[in-house]
Amino acid sequence: MWNFPLIPDRASTIAGEVDAIYYFLTFISLFFGGIIVIGLLYSAIRYRKASKSSRANAVHDHLGLELAWSLIPLAISIGIFVWSSRVFINMHVAPKDAMEIYVVGKQWMWKIQHPQGNREINTLHVPVGKPVKLIMTSQDVIHSFYIPAFRIKQDVLPGRYTTQWFEATTPGEYHLFCAEYCGTSHSGMIGKVVVMEPAEYEQWLAGSGGGLAMTTSGQQVFQQFGCQTCHKQEAGQRGPSLEGLFGTQVKLANGQTVLADQDYIRESILNPSAKVVAGFQVLMPMYRTQLTQEQLNQLVEYVKSLGTTKRKEG
Amino acid sequence: MDKPQSTVAHHFEDMDQQREAGTLGMWAFLVTEIMFFGGVFAAYAIYHHMYPEAFGEASKTLSVVLGATNTAVLICSSLTMAFAVRSAQLNQRKRLVGFLILTIILGSAFLGIKAVEYSHKIHEHHVPGASFVFEGPHSGGAELFFSFYFAMTGLHALHMVIGIGLMVWLIVKAQRGRFSSEYHAPVEMAGLYWHFVDIVWVFLFPLLYLISRA
Amino acid sequence: MSNPAVQHQKDYIHAGYGVKSWFLTVDHKRIALLYLISITLFFFVGGFFAVLLRLELMTPQGDIVTAETYNKLFTMHGIAMVFFFLIPSIPAVLGNFLVPMMIGARDLAFPRLNLLSWYLYNFGGLFTLYAMINGGVDTGWTFYAPYSSSYALGNVVPVVIGVFILGFSSILTAINFIATIHKMRAPGLTWFKLPLFIWAMYATAIITILGTPVVAITLLLLGFERVMGAGIFDPALGGDPILFQHLFWFYSHPAVYIMVLPSMGVISEVVTCFARKQIFGYRSMAYAIMGIAALSFLVWGHHMFVSGQSVYAGMVFSALSFLVAIPSAIKVFNWTATLYKGTIEFKTPVLYAFGFIGLFTIGGLTGLFLASLATDVHLTDTYFIVAHFHYIMVGGAVMGYLAGLHFWWPKITGRMYNEAWAKFSALILFVGFNLTFFPQFILGYLGMPRRYYVYPPEFQVLNVMSTAGASILGLGYLIPMIYLLWSLRKPKDVGPNPWNATGLEWTTSSPPTTHNFDQVPVVTAEGPYLYNDEEAKVG
Repeated sequence: MWNFPLIPDRASTIAGEVDAIYYFLTFISLFFGGIIVIGLLYSAIRYRKASKSSRANAVHDHLGLELAWSLIPLAISIGIFVWSSRVFINMHVAPKDAMEIYVVGKQWMWKIQHPQGNREINTLHVPVGKPVKLIMTSQDVIHSFYIPAFRIKQDVLPGRYTTQWFEATTPGEYHLFCAEYCGTSHSGMIGKVVVMEPAEYEQWLAGSGGGLAMTTSGQQVFQQFGCQTCHKQEAGQRGPSLEGLFGTQVKLANGQTVLADQDYIRESILNPSAKVVAGFQVLMPMYRTQLTQEQLNQLVEYVKSLGTTKRKEG
Repeated sequence: MDKPQSTVAHHFEDMDQQREAGTLGMWAFLVTEIMFFGGVFAAYAIYHHMYPEAFGEASKTLSVVLGATNTAVLICSSLTMAFAVRSAQLNQRKRLVGFLILTIILGSAFLGIKAVEYSHKIHEHHVPGASFVFEGPHSGGAELFFSFYFAMTGLHALHMVIGIGLMVWLIVKAQRGRFSSEYHAPVEMAGLYWHFVDIVWVFLFPLLYLISRA
Repeated sequence: MSNPAVQHQKDYIHAGYGVKSWFLTVDHKRIALLYLISITLFFFVGGFFAVLLRLELMTPQGDIVTAETYNKLFTMHGIAMVFFFLIPSIPAVLGNFLVPMMIGARDLAFPRLNLLSWYLYNFGGLFTLYAMINGGVDTGWTFYAPYSSSYALGNVVPVVIGVFILGFSSILTAINFIATIHKMRAPGLTWFKLPLFIWAMYATAIITILGTPVVAITLLLLGFERVMGAGIFDPALGGDPILFQHLFWFYSHPAVYIMVLPSMGVISEVVTCFARKQIFGYRSMAYAIMGIAALSFLVWGHHMFVSGQSVYAGMVFSALSFLVAIPSAIKVFNWTATLYKGTIEFKTPVLYAFGFIGLFTIGGLTGLFLASLATDVHLTDTYFIVAHFHYIMVGGAVMGYLAGLHFWWPKITGRMYNEAWAKFSALILFVGFNLTFFPQFILGYLGMPRRYYVYPPEFQVLNVMSTAGASILGLGYLIPMIYLLWSLRKPKDVGPNPWNATGLEWTTSSPPTTHNFDQVPVVTAEGPYLYNDEEAKVG
């Protein structure tokens, strides 16, 4: 019974960096907490009412001391802030060559699709030693995709994409939790992350009946809804071309420019009037009610695959 | 406001202390009101930034004539309120009651015009919810605009109703001769409140009615 | 003021006996007692929910209640404790009683407003309680959209209205305090002669009037959205759920300081009195209180580091959050320095004060883990958060409340409680509290998410420890109830100043007469806390 863990598994490249800060903070806490406790106990014993210790030269104001115990914590705080923020930025900037896996949260399960088309529910298979970027959205309420062993967590929002990345270091099975309260079976919205050797992962991909790659499914959806009638290879009368679009700056009808990222493409499919490309009318119907979240992800992946020329955001 | 009848309450030293405490309390209350409306103004600003075209389109369906009329009515009511406070200070009971009644009439006129506008909106299916209809490509953003329109003008109207209630209470007290040039703090407090409600409208009118016509 | 002279007048408790004399009272001291009763009831309601939660968590699987019930229980535990106990506790009970007495006034500036605020509190409370019993609500006390607006089970709107009404009650109390502290101080009582408890009440009142209306409008919009389907926070209709979080935390982070600043004020009073020594660094203590109040409005975004807000926003909020450490450190170090070379007498209030300083220090230091971005990503929304804020809110705010209640109990009632029982329960509470919440830090670091009805079996041992601690803690809260009420059976047995404390409230009889002071006191002392040691006489 007493054989329970005190330290969580550490299975990603970032986990060690987070833990370093964690243990430094623990040390700082013990140090300052210790000063306070020792100070309290010392005074409590030495200067208890019954004690005859001298109280001569007691002070009730000392600027130097007060400055010391404000400026020293301030300096340490600034140090931790800088250190921790650097790690945080690393957490947010995925390497360019990261493989992208789509995650859809819904009450109460995680639906995952690999670029090769493999789908899984509440389980995420990933290769060891390769950066993986999760592109996540929710179908209903806010969820949060949390892998304690990797020390990463990111809320998953309805109506937009959020991303996070990791590089697993140790093969094994790890917990996957939903960390943002999402209703009755919140605590049942759990699963596992299976980290495999790259060869094993390839085997798993081949063996788990992947079906069509996401870009191929996306192309099928594109044709099924007749998108190509307006979005031709060359910009036509009715709609702008999507070739080489992803990652570029788009000039809008209202004079602003936006970055053509995942969210922009997603929004333009669901609500075409939100950001209209300069030189075009809003002729496109809203697809809000007609596409499933999976189809939408596939479409986005397809449009991204068209944008092979100038990739800015990976 | 919570004020004892025309004398210095037992826990105050003198009239000055009592008046100063009351005024400070009233201003503290107005600060909370500013934060209250500030929250919804901030949310409005964010969504206007997100959906500028939709907010513009939706704003054009509001009647500037009715809105401007209401602005004028409300500014006049502030003037009559100011006269009421002045009358209280000068110990002119009849004028005080007269100006308060005038203010109530103007406030009610504002609410009447507002009701006409609301009925137009209901008729046009511009009330957010299941029955909402808005022609054109900006239906989603327009629904948000009308959410804010009803939330903000509704809260403002509620404040007007409370203000009118306060004035009815003041008239009753004035008729009983409770106010004098020494003691008229409740009239001043109600005046501050009324001017505040007025100023909120002065911000609401351009934000809701004129935003697309700049 | 001499003792025999006072005894001719009736004290405030015996000033009237009828039901009306209590329910229509405008005496701030009687209203404080009314609040004490209401708040204690809510504390035990919230505590009852907590007991059920901890019992359910004894085992990894669900057994005592269903998942739906569990979710409703933690929601109602949070709402009852945060809105109906912690936020009003010290201001409405001790503040109401002491603010006029400490500044030498006969009452608060607006006595009838004060009574109104008690009625609003009860009205809001009963409204919420009704909604809780009659179906409950399962949004979590944070009411996050779009779950609360479109998906949640139960009575979201009635609960939101209940909290909204309660907000009015807090605002009225705050306005009362601000006007009273500004305009009704006794002659000679300048700002820097005020007890730190008054500074704390003042800072709390400022936070209340600035923050509460924002959460009020936010909850109102949420209710509007749930009823009308307006879509302000629902992305399906073009709204932004993150905006709800921003608006919510803009109030609810400062609300943490509404809970803990009053306790800091209490601790300053208690520490100086029982160390028989002036507070160390009075001015910086006062500035630290105001500094914490100001910073509290700039750090709300640290609740949202993984919410999807930008990296830059995260960094700004992280940096600002670290700054809160500075005034907090000043306060803790200054209390410790106050004890140095004091003459410390170990009465019950000072035991609670020691508990407060220790537990608040742990709560504050673990706050650094959460202000730091990279560690927060791992720890947020886990039991680490739960442990952290219970150290602040229970270890800090509740310990401070109990310290104050014991310190001023003889003033409020004219009776001394049983010191041995009181010391025993202080000890029990300290042990029970740490056993309950310390294991939760480890659970959080291990990755156990909060608000989990079932959990992986490897977390069970720590959860069992926590539940064991909670049962000790629960007992610890029952004991004071008993011996404090028991003390009322005795005849009056304390004089005006049983602790030999400084401060105007100790110059009147215990319990005080209705108008507090026969004559408004004139303050000639050089400052607060001039305790009777050699240093003070020199200074």
